[in-house]
Amino acid sequence: MKQPLAPYAFIAPAMILLLVFGVLPILVALPVSLTDMNLAGLADWSRIEFAGVANFRELVADDAFWQALTNTGIFALLGVPTVIAVSFAAALLLHRSENRFFRALRAFYFAPAITAIVAVSLVWGYLLNTRFGLVNHLLSTVGLPPARWLGDPVLVKFSVALVAVWRGTGLNIIIFLAALKTIPREYLEAAELDGASGARKIVSIVIPLLRFAFLFVAVTTVIAWLQFFDEPFVLTKGGPLGESTSISLFLYQEGFSAGRFGYAAAGTLVLFLIIAGVTLVQLRGRRFDADR
Amino acid sequence: MRIVSSRRLTAAIGAALGAGALVTAFPFLWMISGSVKPRSESAAYPPRLLPEAPTFENFAQLFGRLDFGRYLVNTLVVVLISMAGVVLMAMAGYGFAKFRFRGRGPMFFLVLATMMVPVQVTMIPTYLLLNGMRLTNTLVGVAIPGLVSGFGVFLFRQFMSAVPTEMIEAARLDGAGEARIFWRIVLPLSRPILAVQIVLTFIGAWNSFLWPLIVADDDRLYTLSVGVSLLNRQIATSPSLQMAGATLMVVPILIVFIVFQRHIVQGFTLSGLR
Repeated sequence: MKQPLAPYAFIAPAMILLLVFGVLPILVALPVSLTDMNLAGLADWSRIEFAGVANFRELVADDAFWQALTNTGIFALLGVPTVIAVSFAAALLLHRSENRFFRALRAFYFAPAITAIVAVSLVWGYLLNTRFGLVNHLLSTVGLPPARWLGDPVLVKFSVALVAVWRGTGLNIIIFLAALKTIPREYLEAAELDGASGARKIVSIVIPLLRFAFLFVAVTTVIAWLQFFDEPFVLTKGGPLGESTSISLFLYQEGFSAGRFGYAAAGTLVLFLIIAGVTLVQLRGRRFDADR
Repeated sequence: MRIVSSRRLTAAIGAALGAGALVTAFPFLWMISGSVKPRSESAAYPPRLLPEAPTFENFAQLFGRLDFGRYLVNTLVVVLISMAGVVLMAMAGYGFAKFRFRGRGPMFFLVLATMMVPVQVTMIPTYLLLNGMRLTNTLVGVAIPGLVSGFGVFLFRQFMSAVPTEMIEAARLDGAGEARIFWRIVLPLSRPILAVQIVLTFIGAWNSFLWPLIVADDDRLYTLSVGVSLLNRQIATSPSLQMAGATLMVVPILIVFIVFQRHIVQGFTLSGLR
């Protein structure tokens, strides 16, 4: 400890950036949410007026806000169980063997997770195009009528969620695979000697031992789907008529397209509370689980 | 008998996984095939798997009529700025790992707490802050909100805790300065985690979309992601141009992925164990 200043010099740059871009924004959101700040106010701060809870009151009465909230709930209900089930099943199958072929296959399942959402959304938009998309063409070869994948108010939710599921599984497969590796082979061999079937081994041994991985995947996946943004932004711009607008997209549109920063900041705080609340509930569920 | 049936099962699973892998990878193949189709073919019905008259006109158009050369340079600048963030995170990780100082506990807690806050929540206030600092419409402004992540600092700290303290002490006794110890001893010893961080930072910066979209008003500052998203307006006219733009963004990442797969998987695994 000859130079007591050294540690501060090492951590200062990163800490300052984290404080300014990680902590300060939350502190700024609260006062801004109580004002009528808009584009004019951005240029000239003297034109910002205190608005009290007017923004929050308007939010509660805003049909578009409720629609976005409902859509986000539907997206999460569609996406979260699918992502967890598909990535667990894929990891389980990929774990079957360590040979070269299986290891090479992993790369295919991981690849979507690291590619730019903007770019792959365009590709999916092309695949799902009503007039000349490949998917509708494949449907027509088995005699089915073309579907309006991105134009139908109900179907669009499934289409947008499908793209996000395709992209979201890779990361979780990696996490499940890493967790599966920690299960001692002897456990499974002992169960096999006792005559346990494959399904029985998965339900009674693998899933309980992977509890932590499941919790982690569930919490991060739920948060990711509550923040759902890029896919609807690029694929549909939230349309038709707001049917695929997520809450984040709604906030983006209010804030940056309409320039209503005060209003969007109020919505931001509501989203933050929802995410924090859902996460706490999940973590508490885990605690009860551990107590038993 | 049992071994045979077990082998058969493995082969069947392998075949099923192979089919699944093809379906998963298909959008990429479709993208690349679409990128070399002439415009008329790309919007033709029924669609064909492979182009009849392959062409690079779409790429020529991206770099000629459209400004994708500039977007590419901007993206690379953002990637470079982001690499400075890796150094800052490594420094902070070292500070937390190898020094005892006042406020260490609360400050490290703060680092962890920032991992919990989602980007969309900080989007509006961060924009207002950037605007106040006159960083909107600059490439620094595009890169700076994501420059340092709590998770990155955390990873470096975990790894650097394992660097032998005796080596650092010995260097100090030999009269080496703190900066020199960091550059010459700690960083080289941390090469594995550094590699993971550099690869993940490259991917993150190359793909980043939200901040370039919000911060860059002027089209001279657009990154590839923003340029590609704007191609969406041309769906009716030229899907092949879109596919060329998407290929330009995705193929370099796929190459990085194939070369550095081990590091990337390791990084993701670590992120699952945090």
